[in-house]
Amino acid sequence: MLVGRVVGNVWATRKDPTLEGLRFLMVRPFTTANTESQDIVVAGDTLGAGIGETVLVAFGRAARTVLGSQDLGWQVAVVAIVDSISLGDGGVFELGEGGERIPVDGP
Amino acid sequence: MFTGRVIGEIWATRRHETLQGFKLLLVDPHELSSRLPGGKKQGLVVAADTVDAGVGDDVIVAYGRAGRTAIGQGHDIAVEAAVVAVVDSHSGPELG
Repeated sequence: MLVGRVVGNVWATRKDPTLEGLRFLMVRPFTTANTESQDIVVAGDTLGAGIGETVLVAFGRAARTVLGSQDLGWQVAVVAIVDSISLGDGGVFELGEGGERIPVDGP
Repeated sequence: MFTGRVIGEIWATRRHETLQGFKLLLVDPHELSSRLPGGKKQGLVVAADTVDAGVGDDVIVAYGRAGRTAIGQGHDIAVEAAVVAVVDSHSGPELG
């Protein structure tokens, strides 16, 4: 699983029939270096995550469990919407719209 | 599976029902393969905790069915990675 920030939506009309009705989000993974990955993951969403929100993304069977069926042509899904991240240095933060760390009071 | 160091914890109120009750740890992988050219670390992994690991611990993370087996709540859960061991000691290259 990874944690990342929702940076966009993806729409596709021509797609596998098992993907009908599925909402696709572009998620940019969070990395240690106080920067975001340049890679983008496309995740199915059923929790209603919005652009700018930090989410937990799972792959494979775990993802399809959240999407409601194992018989989908899909393997990545939002499984949680993250409130905050705490690091060992004592900092607790949210991710801002540019992926920057915004300190918050404890979890 | 891989070894990594626990560097933090994820807090999420809105989560899939099958994720309720799990402690979610942010793990920084040790493997050299997780480094991009130039030595920059690639990604972090979030894993459900099964062994009461904490920040600073070196841990072993299992993926997929293996991870869910360690959790022991069946395979229809929204967990794909789990911390299955805390490393006490090791030989070979230094971790980090």
